[in-house]
Amino acid sequence: MKKRLNSYLTVGLIITGLMLLITVIGTFWTPYVPTAMKYGRFQPPSWAHLFGTDNFGRDIFSRVLKGTGTTLAIALSTVSIGAVIGTLIGAVTGYFGGIVDDVLMRLNDALTAFPSFLLALLVVSLVGPGKKYSVVIALGLVFIPSFARVMRTEFAALRNRNYVTGARLMGASSGRILFVHLLPNTVRVLLPAFTIGFNNAVLAEASMSFLGIGVTPPDASLGYMLSEAQSMLKAGPWYALCTGLTIVLLVFGVGLIGEGLQAQEREVD
Amino acid sequence: MAEQDLVLEVRHVSGGYAEGGLLARKKGFHEVIHDVDFVVQHGEILGLVGESGTGKTTLTRMILGLLKPSSGEIVHYTKRPQIVFQDPYSSLNPAYTAEWAVEEPLRIYGKYDAKERKRRVHEMLERVELPRDCWDSKPDELSGGQRQRVCIATALIQRPRFIIADEPVSALDVTIQAQILKLLRQLRDDLDLSYLFISHDLNVVYQLCDRVLVMKQGRIVEQGPVEEVYDHPREEYTKRLLEAGL
Repeated sequence: MKKRLNSYLTVGLIITGLMLLITVIGTFWTPYVPTAMKYGRFQPPSWAHLFGTDNFGRDIFSRVLKGTGTTLAIALSTVSIGAVIGTLIGAVTGYFGGIVDDVLMRLNDALTAFPSFLLALLVVSLVGPGKKYSVVIALGLVFIPSFARVMRTEFAALRNRNYVTGARLMGASSGRILFVHLLPNTVRVLLPAFTIGFNNAVLAEASMSFLGIGVTPPDASLGYMLSEAQSMLKAGPWYALCTGLTIVLLVFGVGLIGEGLQAQEREVD
Repeated sequence: MAEQDLVLEVRHVSGGYAEGGLLARKKGFHEVIHDVDFVVQHGEILGLVGESGTGKTTLTRMILGLLKPSSGEIVHYTKRPQIVFQDPYSSLNPAYTAEWAVEEPLRIYGKYDAKERKRRVHEMLERVELPRDCWDSKPDELSGGQRQRVCIATALIQRPRFIIADEPVSALDVTIQAQILKLLRQLRDDLDLSYLFISHDLNVVYQLCDRVLVMKQGRIVEQGPVEEVYDHPREEYTKRLLEAGL
């Protein structure tokens, strides 16, 4: 089966590719030292300072370059935690069914019923705020239920296929059936779910940092910078604008990829 | 009849499915198979015919060990039987190639190295006459007949002596049906196999089988050599089936 890239996917991949490139560049090189406060306060965007400078006289473009990396890292590890644990739970409950399914899915429902933000707050306060990984753990936990539910449906739908019965008759272990025979067939659902989850994670991290329970200075994520920018909307509106637009672009690109993947799936069906 | 001439003995087997879930107040039992008793002899192709819903698939599941009979006994005189399913579309994993599918039983068995596995797989793929340029194809690039050849190869790669074929040709065109039936007969002769061949198509059973069992509502109502049952059916049900089918 030859897959043709649709326009969503193409544009999404280009935008995300550019964002990734920026991140990689930002890790090794920024035009100015992101934490240095010596470039003049509230300089509007110019060729010297593409995104202007902030109230401490830091170069915003350099900070966005660094911040995008931080945001990406947090979002990626968050969704990965959600996806891996969610898939494990979904696979076991969907494939075996029965009492394991009943118990785990009710727990899952309970977790879903909790406002995700409160849950994240709770975890952060338990782990201890201010550590970079506390946000990751908190948000990762929040992302487990949705993945578990989606994957459970998928595994439950696939478990009665003849090829699964066939594999059982060959003497394949449950683990082999789950992860070698079934997992590859769930990718068409997992990938779009991953992109949607990624976007939610970017936004969730932004709101956590916005509330001051995300990353702490001198680290800067896009969300943290946005919350900083809020207090100087009048004096330096470019700060909020440039940071905000970067978040939008990041989310938009990955969102298009997700949309494109789903469209492609519909085409195949 | 000496026991070494048998591959399978089904002794007065009854069984079915439990009804009601975890919280259901009453647990019921729905018996589908009633006192079924027959043998499969070495080298024969035994047909099992009956309308849909008579319990053919339930019986198959019990013979394969996927479902426990509630009474009676099923005795295998050979290695575990393998099955070829009706629908070649859901019996192959869409994520993997034909070659992968046929090799999988050997990987699970785990006694052969990669080179030996490949050798056996290629030999088997040639035996079921799957064109070489299809070996690396995924199921959705294969035709129904090609898929069924892959399924047959997968079932045979562990060298079982007994194959259950659950309506293996009813999803296929008539010309492809004839090819697959010819292949099944050829494989029986070459590899010394016995089949339990399940079908609702009496023509196909007549072409392929040596003996036939007629099943009605979970019971075997008639059995005997194909010519005898077809020419002189004793049961009213069999007569009706034959009139409907021929």
